[in-house]
Amino acid sequence: MAIKPTPETRPFWEAAKRRELRVQRCQDCGCHYFYPRPMCPYCLSRNVAWVTCSGRGRLHTFVINYRPPRHFPAQEPYILGIVELEEGPRLMTNIVGVEPDPKAVRCDMPVEVVFEDLDEQFALPKFRPIS
Amino acid sequence: MMRDPKVRLRGAIAIVGAGESDELGRLPHKSALTLHMEAAHNALADAGLRKEDVDAVFTAGRNMANEVPEYLGIRPRYVDGTQMGGCSFMAHVEHAMAGIAAGLFEVALITHGESGYSRVGMPATRWGEDSNNAQFELIYGHAGPTTGYGLVATRHMHVYGTTKEQMAEVAVATRKWAALNPRAFMREPITIEDVLTSRLIAWPFNLLDCCLVTDGGGAIVVTSAERAKDLRKQPVYVLGTGEAVSHQMVSQMPNFDRWDAAIVSGARAFAMAGVSHRDIDLCELYDAFTIVPILAVEALGFCKPGEGGPFLSGQRTAPGGDFPMNTNGGGLSYTHTGMYGMFAIVEAVRQLRGECGARQVPNAKIALCHGTGGTWSSAATLILGTEIP
Ligand SMILES: [Zn+2]
Repeated sequence: MAIKPTPETRPFWEAAKRRELRVQRCQDCGCHYFYPRPMCPYCLSRNVAWVTCSGRGRLHTFVINYRPPRHFPAQEPYILGIVELEEGPRLMTNIVGVEPDPKAVRCDMPVEVVFEDLDEQFALPKFRPIS
Repeated sequence: MMRDPKVRLRGAIAIVGAGESDELGRLPHKSALTLHMEAAHNALADAGLRKEDVDAVFTAGRNMANEVPEYLGIRPRYVDGTQMGGCSFMAHVEHAMAGIAAGLFEVALITHGESGYSRVGMPATRWGEDSNNAQFELIYGHAGPTTGYGLVATRHMHVYGTTKEQMAEVAVATRKWAALNPRAFMREPITIEDVLTSRLIAWPFNLLDCCLVTDGGGAIVVTSAERAKDLRKQPVYVLGTGEAVSHQMVSQMPNFDRWDAAIVSGARAFAMAGVSHRDIDLCELYDAFTIVPILAVEALGFCKPGEGGPFLSGQRTAPGGDFPMNTNGGGLSYTHTGMYGMFAIVEAVRQLRGECGARQVPNAKIALCHGTGGTWSSAATLILGTEIP
């Protein structure tokens, strides 16, 4: 599967290739939000800017998928997680660096971003546990 | 306190016809539109109405609002193609109520047909490569409903201690109803152990936590309470309705341990119906996965947040139990085309008319139907009754 950005999402993917996790922040209400769009979903302000995240967060919830969809190359079960960033927004990701076992993974565990190259142009932000 | 203006619509319309496609299950010899047609035909026959009587058509799915009337040879003066996933048809009832009350039309056909398994004559459903879904969810191996509904199950287990055994209770009780329904796809009895040891799909879901994938259709006919009096069947009055949407991509779900859209749709339906939870004789709660009715009973106010697991345990939702639920065998065992909501309505109508034979809930007077769409994205609730209270 390839990534095909739109003009609105391209800055996120360009930053990811540089190993930077960027989200948008509303200059009026101060909220960080994700996914990229040129308007704050909290207050509808269009006065928004890109900011770099700390890369740390918590694993809000997860599943361990045994049936990868056709478009996805996984051979082994993998962890699909929702991470809540320190800055507030949540995003879907894969949790790596830990066994795909419900005894090893738990909700609210602290995680940090790692980037995995998808191809020459794109890198995917994934997260691994931190102690 | 101001009264909800919807209260004046309580009992304003009735469901006067209900039916499914001739066959349900795995039907590679029929297209989705044929399944619409069969269901529509059967629902109109049930109501004793001709297609010329229909002046509004409601359906869900890409292009269906154009295709279905053409295929049926109906020239509606009102169409509604609201697509909010599997609960769309419950929302259509609310929209039809508004239209009938406003005098825009008199007889509405709400129809569903889906070749969910065989994919015959079905529009493609894949998200485009440059969609937000593809870039921010599918790229990580999000598999759709199995993983999306599971994310909530995991969080609910973490926050409230909900167990896989409690989820399995739902599957086992639902299968007992299916055993009483000759049209149910899966009728073999199962145990909690069977559910827990069935193959893992997406932890915390095993195979028997997941709904079927089938082909089929369903349809209902609604009209004004006034007109309903002269028709063949005992009218089933629409006492309360509610609908809500909270997100599309599951990663944008506002809360992962409760069902926000259902909290809204349920409260709206109860406020309009003016009945209490004790008055509900049976529930048809969309069961795409065993976790869904657990969050539904919490969101609808049958129990407190977090208590859905214990509330539905002990086989109390099975035949003979004190909380009859999913009496056709549900999406888990009866049929699940992809947009199951229509089948919940059809079953509630039949229960209220006393047409259900071996699986009939005795003295059923008030039924609650409730559905989901997307991945916990939307919800719609109907409260139906044999009389207007
Ligand atoms: Zn803002």
